[in-house]
This record gives sequence, structure tokens and C-alpha cells, in this order.
Amino acid sequence: MKAYILKRFISMIPVLLIVATIVFFLIHLIPGDPAAVILGPEATPEEVEKLREELGLNLPLYSQFFYWLIGIFQGDLGDSIYMNKPVLQAFVEHIGPTLSLALLAQAISIIIAIPIGVLAAKKQGTFVDHLFMLIAMFGMSLPSFLFGLLLMLVFGVHLQWLPAAGYQPLGAGIWEHLKYMILPAFALGMIQAAVIARMTRSSMLDILSMNYIKAAKAKGLKERVVIYKHAFRNAFIPILTILGETFGSLITGAVVTETVFNLPGIGQLVVNSIVRRDYAVIQGTILIMATTYLVLNLIIDLLYGVVDPRVRLNRK
Amino acid sequence: MEMKPSIQMEPKIDYDNFTSIRNQLKKEQRSLFIKRFLSNRSVVIGGSILLVLIIFAIVGPMVSKYTPLEIDPVNRLQGPSAEHWFGTDNFGRDLFSRVAHGAQVSLGVGLSVAFLTAVIGLFVGLYAAYYSILDHIFMRICDALMAFPDILLAVAIMAVLGPRPVNVIIAVTIVKIPVVARIVRSSALVVKEQTYVEAMKTLGASSWRIIWFHTVPNALSPMIVQVTYIFAIAIILEASLSFLGVGIPAPNPSWGNILYDGKTVIYSAWWMTVFPGLFIILAVLGLNIFGDGLRDLLDPKSHKAINKQ
Repeated sequence: MKAYILKRFISMIPVLLIVATIVFFLIHLIPGDPAAVILGPEATPEEVEKLREELGLNLPLYSQFFYWLIGIFQGDLGDSIYMNKPVLQAFVEHIGPTLSLALLAQAISIIIAIPIGVLAAKKQGTFVDHLFMLIAMFGMSLPSFLFGLLLMLVFGVHLQWLPAAGYQPLGAGIWEHLKYMILPAFALGMIQAAVIARMTRSSMLDILSMNYIKAAKAKGLKERVVIYKHAFRNAFIPILTILGETFGSLITGAVVTETVFNLPGIGQLVVNSIVRRDYAVIQGTILIMATTYLVLNLIIDLLYGVVDPRVRLNRK
Repeated sequence: MEMKPSIQMEPKIDYDNFTSIRNQLKKEQRSLFIKRFLSNRSVVIGGSILLVLIIFAIVGPMVSKYTPLEIDPVNRLQGPSAEHWFGTDNFGRDLFSRVAHGAQVSLGVGLSVAFLTAVIGLFVGLYAAYYSILDHIFMRICDALMAFPDILLAVAIMAVLGPRPVNVIIAVTIVKIPVVARIVRSSALVVKEQTYVEAMKTLGASSWRIIWFHTVPNALSPMIVQVTYIFAIAIILEASLSFLGVGIPAPNPSWGNILYDGKTVIYSAWWMTVFPGLFIILAVLGLNIFGDGLRDLLDPKSHKAINKQ
């Protein structure tokens, strides 16, 4: 098991190196000079040149890349040249809203989707099944930023039940925080819910047609026990995979949803940093997010073993 | 009881003429496929939605009395009326005309991305499956590209290329190529291990022949299904990029940048959010339903697999 985890970690290294290379060269291709952006339009060419030297921007691109990579291996992602602080600090300051949004959205989607998926599978082919799957299809076709705008229009602007946009940190009180997060989290969670509900349904249908389920029913177990104890546990693995795979789209959605609701999260940080030509922040943030994505998928793979002992046996 | 000998009618086929049989078979196969195609509810419903949207994109700008760029400050932010069917925007431009022109842009971007990812993904996937050196290089790059959050990668590429419609197509295509490449690669890997391919190799067939004549037909169905979904995702990504202000540049309309303008006046003009939003939903819904239908039709083995993303 340890060897397996180690092997997986090692196989992540080349991928991350490629990510780092792509990010670095892509970002440095963006036209515009950060020194000029920082100093504003009134700076003299000499001042700009001086700042370029201070920031190390006068070095050839490959040596900038080399120093940056060495820094990463030492746990140093560089400093934001615009905000004048380490990239890691800027990241930590902005992760709160994004993390809160992503977790709430995931929670909402799981709470809505799994019971619906199970119910639809149980009542396969009936009106209930068709209705739920129609709604799921609709949910999948609704981009989260658009759903966010529509929710904002109805609940924020017309009914005025919740604030239309803005943010309060968790420190301001749970309710204060939630008041600003409910609409964005629903907007983001809905598309997830649709995908998970469809996966749950098809996964449950596969399992429910198996012989051991018939046997369990035949020996007189209650339907609830058969469904939740016997079937659902086995149906959970594909659902787990989809949870991992959709994390990427969750983050993608979070970036745009943040913009809709003016949340000061990672999305805003990256988009602003691109405007400011703040290379280190863009590079660092994207690298951290790519690493998170890879690690999360590894964790999901390891969780298979927890959910399904057969996977554990096969691996040995 | 007297048994009547059953009379079997000989089918009237010209046995001397092999091509005529082949043509007849082909014709029957084709009509069978069209029948199956039309009896698949998802394909018909999804296809009809798409057809309506395409007609809207073509006919809409013709029937509109206004051009999408005509500014009329006196009539700004007017609600839907007989004069302006979808109302007017914050510059007094006719929203119906803008949404109709936006349909051309959004569907155009989606279609181009679908086509380009299909062609490039097919090449990358096929050659990765057959040459292990290429496989290592291509698949690591694909892994890396897939580890990026879609939208951030697209925003970064747009920052490099600058906000132009062509660049939106390029950015979204780069983001989505790995998805197609992986699907094609996995089908190609299966074909590669088949006995008939081994037999062909023994007979001295070139790898070019094996790849393009024997692998492509097998990889095509799952790819076409995936590309339909990518069409839908491309529409969403274009709208998202334009909504973030880095996609289709103003004043040219796209569904995304109409929504961007609409957000600033969301308190006074609901129609600027609802109408373009409705068309995005319709387009994506139509493509998703169409894709599901195609999947059942072309790829019956995987009909239980779920559409990702």
C-alpha cells in the first residue's frame, strides 16, 4: 500500500513539471511589462528599467524559469510584485471564499443528488424517474454563472430575501457568512447535483439487477435495507469517481460564480493578477490548484479501498 | 389434414451482378440507420432544438428591423414591446437583434471548436496509441492540461492572444483537445490488440493503413458523441470568457457579453439576463439531449456511462 502511494506520488512529478513549464511560458507570453504596469503611465523609461532589474525581469527567460523552479522546490512560490507579499500569503488570503463556496456547493449537490438518484433508480421507468432525469438534464445544461445570475435576479433583486452580491467572512458569524454564500453555492451545486444524480441512478440500476440483490429480497429483507445497505454501498464507487472528476469543473465554476457574486476568492485573484501582469501570483496559484486536483484524485483512488475491500485485495 | 407444401419465393436478386447486391445492401443499411436515427427520441428532440436555433441564427437578423450595433440613447433599457421584442440594452440597442447575432457567434465558436478538437484529437489519440514514445509525451501533456481548471487556462491563453473571436476558438480548442485525444486513444488501444490487426501486420500492412482504414472507423463513434458534448461545453466556455470580459470584445454581441452588460443593470433590466440566458440553456440542452441520443445510437455498449461534466 505504501509503495503504491509512493508510486502515485512519483508519477505526479513529471505532470507537475509540465504544468509548471506551460504556466511559466504561457504567462510570460502575455504582452505588457509588469514594471510599466506597476509604475503607471507617467514613469520614465529609466525608472521602468530600474524596477525591471530589481524584479529580475531583465534576466533571460530561461534563467527566470530556473530560479522560479528552484524556489518551488524550496517551498517558495515567489512574491507578488503588485501586492508586495509572498504568493502563498496572497493565496491563503483568497482561498477562504473559494473553499467555502466549493465545499458548500459539493455538500448541497450530494444532499440533493444521491437521494434523487437512488429514488429514480428504485422507480425506474415511472413518471417520477422521468421527471427527475428531465430536471437533471436541465440542470446539466445550466452554466453555473448563468444560474447564479438568474438566482440573483429572483432572490436578490425581486424578492430581496438574500443579498444579491458581496461577501462576509466566517469570522462575522455563521449566518452572516451563509447569507452571502447560499445563492452562489446553489448556483454552483446544481450542475454538480445533476451529474451526480445521473451517475447515482445508472450505478444503482447496474447493481439492482444483480443476483445478490434478488437473493437479499428473496430472503425477506426490508427494501430499505436492501437498497441502502446492500446496493448503495456497491454503487458508491462510480459515484466517488465522479465526485473526484467533477472537482475540476467545480473549481472552474467557482471562478466564474465568484465573479458573478463579487466574492473575493481565487478566481478574482487570478483574473486581477492577469490584468496586473503579476506573473508570480498567476503561476503560483495555478500550480497550487493543479497540484490540489492531482492529490484529490489520488485520495479518491485510495478511498476506493475503504469503500470496497475487494479493491484492497486486488492491489496487494 | 392435408399439409400444403410451403412455397418459398425466391428473392429477385441478380446473382450475376455482385455490385447490385452490394448496393442494395448498402441502401437497406442506410434506410435502416435513418429509421433508427428517427426513432430515437433524444436525437429527434435534441436535433429539433438545434435546428430551431440554427434557423433563429440565420433568419433572426433578417427579420429584425434594427442592427445589433445601432445606438439609441433615448430608448435605453426599454422592456420588451412590439417595437423591441426583447427590449433594449443600456445603450438603447435592440436586444432581439443582438441575441440573434450573438447566436451566430456562439454557435459558430461552438461548431469550430467541435470540429477542431475532433480533427486534432483524432490525430493525437491515434498516433499516441500506436507509438509508445509519442504516447508518453502526448499523454503527459494531456494530463498536465487536464490538471488546469478549464476556465483559468482559457483566460490565460486569452490574455496572451488578446480578445478576438478567433482566439476564443483557439483557447477553448486547446483546453478541450485532451478530452478527445484520450477517448480516441482508448478505442485505438482496443483495436490494436484485435486478432485481425495482428493478421494484417503479418500480411505486411503498413501502420498508416492500419491506423486510417481500420482503427478510425472504430474510434469514430465514441469520438462523435464526445464532440457533441464539447460543442455544448464550448458554448458555455465562450459565454464564461465573454462574461469575464476576456472573450468576444464589445461592441460585437455574443450571448456571454450581453450577460456581462446585463449584470451591471440587473436591478432595472431583467430581460438583458433572461433572454440571452434562455438561448444558452436551449443550445446546451439541445446538444446534451442530442449527444445522449447519439450515444445510444452509435455506441450501445456504453449507454450506461454517464456524460461527464
